[in-house]
Amino acid sequence: MFGFILRRLAVAIPTLLLLIVVSFLLMHAAPGGPFTQERALPPQVLANLNAKYGLDDPLWRQMLNYIWGIVAHFDFGPSFVYPDRSVNQIIAAGFPVTLTYGAISFVLAVVVGVSLGVTAAIRQNSWLDYCAVGLSIGAQVLPNFVMAPILVLIFTLWLGWLPGGGWGGPAFWIMPVIAMSTSFMASIARITRSSMLEVLGSNHIRTARAKGLPESKVILRHGLKPALLPVISYLGPAFVTMITGSVVIDMYFSTGGIGRSFVDSALNRDYAVMMGITILVGALTILFNLIVDVLYAWIDPKIRY
Amino acid sequence: MALLQIRDLNVRFATTDGEVSAVNGINLDVQRGQTLGIVGESGSGKSQLAFSIMGLLARNGRATGSVQFDGTEILNASPRVLNRIRAEKIAMVFQDPMTSLNPYMRVSDQMAEVLVLHKGISRRQALVESVRMLDAVKIPDARGRIGLYPHEFSGGMRQRVMIAMSLLCRPDLLIADEPTTALDVTVQAQIMELLADLQRDFGMAMVLITHDLGVVAGSCERVMVMYGGRIMERAPVEPIFAVPAHPYTQGLLAAIPRVDQKGDQLSAIPGSPPNMTNPPPGCPFAPRCAYAMPVCEAMPPLEQFAVDRERACHAPLSALRQGPPPQPDLPEPAAIEEVQP
Repeated sequence: MFGFILRRLAVAIPTLLLLIVVSFLLMHAAPGGPFTQERALPPQVLANLNAKYGLDDPLWRQMLNYIWGIVAHFDFGPSFVYPDRSVNQIIAAGFPVTLTYGAISFVLAVVVGVSLGVTAAIRQNSWLDYCAVGLSIGAQVLPNFVMAPILVLIFTLWLGWLPGGGWGGPAFWIMPVIAMSTSFMASIARITRSSMLEVLGSNHIRTARAKGLPESKVILRHGLKPALLPVISYLGPAFVTMITGSVVIDMYFSTGGIGRSFVDSALNRDYAVMMGITILVGALTILFNLIVDVLYAWIDPKIRY
Repeated sequence: MALLQIRDLNVRFATTDGEVSAVNGINLDVQRGQTLGIVGESGSGKSQLAFSIMGLLARNGRATGSVQFDGTEILNASPRVLNRIRAEKIAMVFQDPMTSLNPYMRVSDQMAEVLVLHKGISRRQALVESVRMLDAVKIPDARGRIGLYPHEFSGGMRQRVMIAMSLLCRPDLLIADEPTTALDVTVQAQIMELLADLQRDFGMAMVLITHDLGVVAGSCERVMVMYGGRIMERAPVEPIFAVPAHPYTQGLLAAIPRVDQKGDQLSAIPGSPPNMTNPPPGCPFAPRCAYAMPVCEAMPPLEQFAVDRERACHAPLSALRQGPPPQPDLPEPAAIEEVQP
């Protein structure tokens, strides 16, 4: 297992390099540049700016310089749009915020989603099941960009309980977390329910019942582990989607997370910020796929690497 | 009083195609220490009969009638009552040991939990007991292998594990539901021998469910032949094989391939089992029976016709002894014309 993790981490490096090359090329293929404005800059100013940021070098040299900066100094370069801030600073400011409400949403979605799914499966075709299924379908058709303004309307404007935006103590976390976690919770509940139903019909569950185990033990000890396998494979990509999907949350609640910077950088052609966040998300994707694989092996003894 | 006493047991399943009657009005007694074989082809209701005794029917299944174990009514009993009987008094061995053991749990954990639950002993003590039971089912190096997962055992060894697990609490009755169907023939013989030995050593009663008459001949005292969820014939094992008193039993026996038989045609019972959503009125076997008569439109009762022998059939015994009447010839399959290239 340890060897497997090391091997996977070794493969991660060329994967990330490839990611850098491809996104670098794609980014430069898009028309315009960081200094394109409605009123064109005087040619001399533009040339000076390009020279300052190394944008007049050939593309391969820009790319090599960029990669060298990351490898040698862990420096993702300066922002092209905010001259006083480096990419490292922008990410350091935004990522903890995104990670905070992302992680809370993630844990909440898993805990509530799994419990809801298991309950619905145990009481299949009861009112509880119908409620859980109805709730999760409702939550799924309510995307976060609809959810967010509704939440603000209710809890900030009508009731006045929660701050409508900004970032601070737990009171600021509540609405972003609800808006972000609901649809994931719904998906997890549905996946858990159907996989639990399948597991509950399997032969080894019948054996567990024939052993005289109380139903709670049958489900928790014998049913939950195999029922969670499909949930876990969903969770890896879901976590990354949560981090990147923070765009909407950052817009509505002005939380100042990384999602906002990501969209802004793309619109402004702020090459360095965009690259930095892309690499961060890529690294997270690789990390979470690795975690999923390790969890799989932990649950299913037939999977050995 | 019989150890297991079943009266007028019916099992119905609600399906989208309508109600399926899997078991119809079964009466059955199993005495202490007795071995009963239940024989029938797939879909004859024998497994559902076993599941209904243990309260293990699928969610859409409903059982009615009465099942008494040692004087206690256990049919549709509360989970509390059932869980005290399961594994402790009545244990079950299932058909496919790969899927019936939990593939995600070590054998040690699966076995120990039974003893911890029913005997209230420590896990450590339970493991010692479990190793002892694995020794009893002749698993070599039981101490070293108890920590393995089911997929690390061969098919035959898995079934031994399953048997050991079911016997942990020394049950009074073991229900073995096709215990050797998923195994190859040499292993089948070993498992059957093992079951017979254990049954004798532990003095328990056994209900052996199978479609394999050979298995029954070797290990049962009494045989019950089931078809369409009903009992067709019930008798001690020798007369069943020597002078079957029901056309279905005859057909089953004739279907066993024999090496000394001339010709390359395998004998089979014509037709296929009835669709139990819409069973034929009367005897379920009548549509396939060579002796069928108009009176078979009414289900014959299970009647004793000799000492300790019962059958449910209208055909006179004398007719059965003469063998089936000649069948109208089936049309010859049309010759396939050779296609010229």
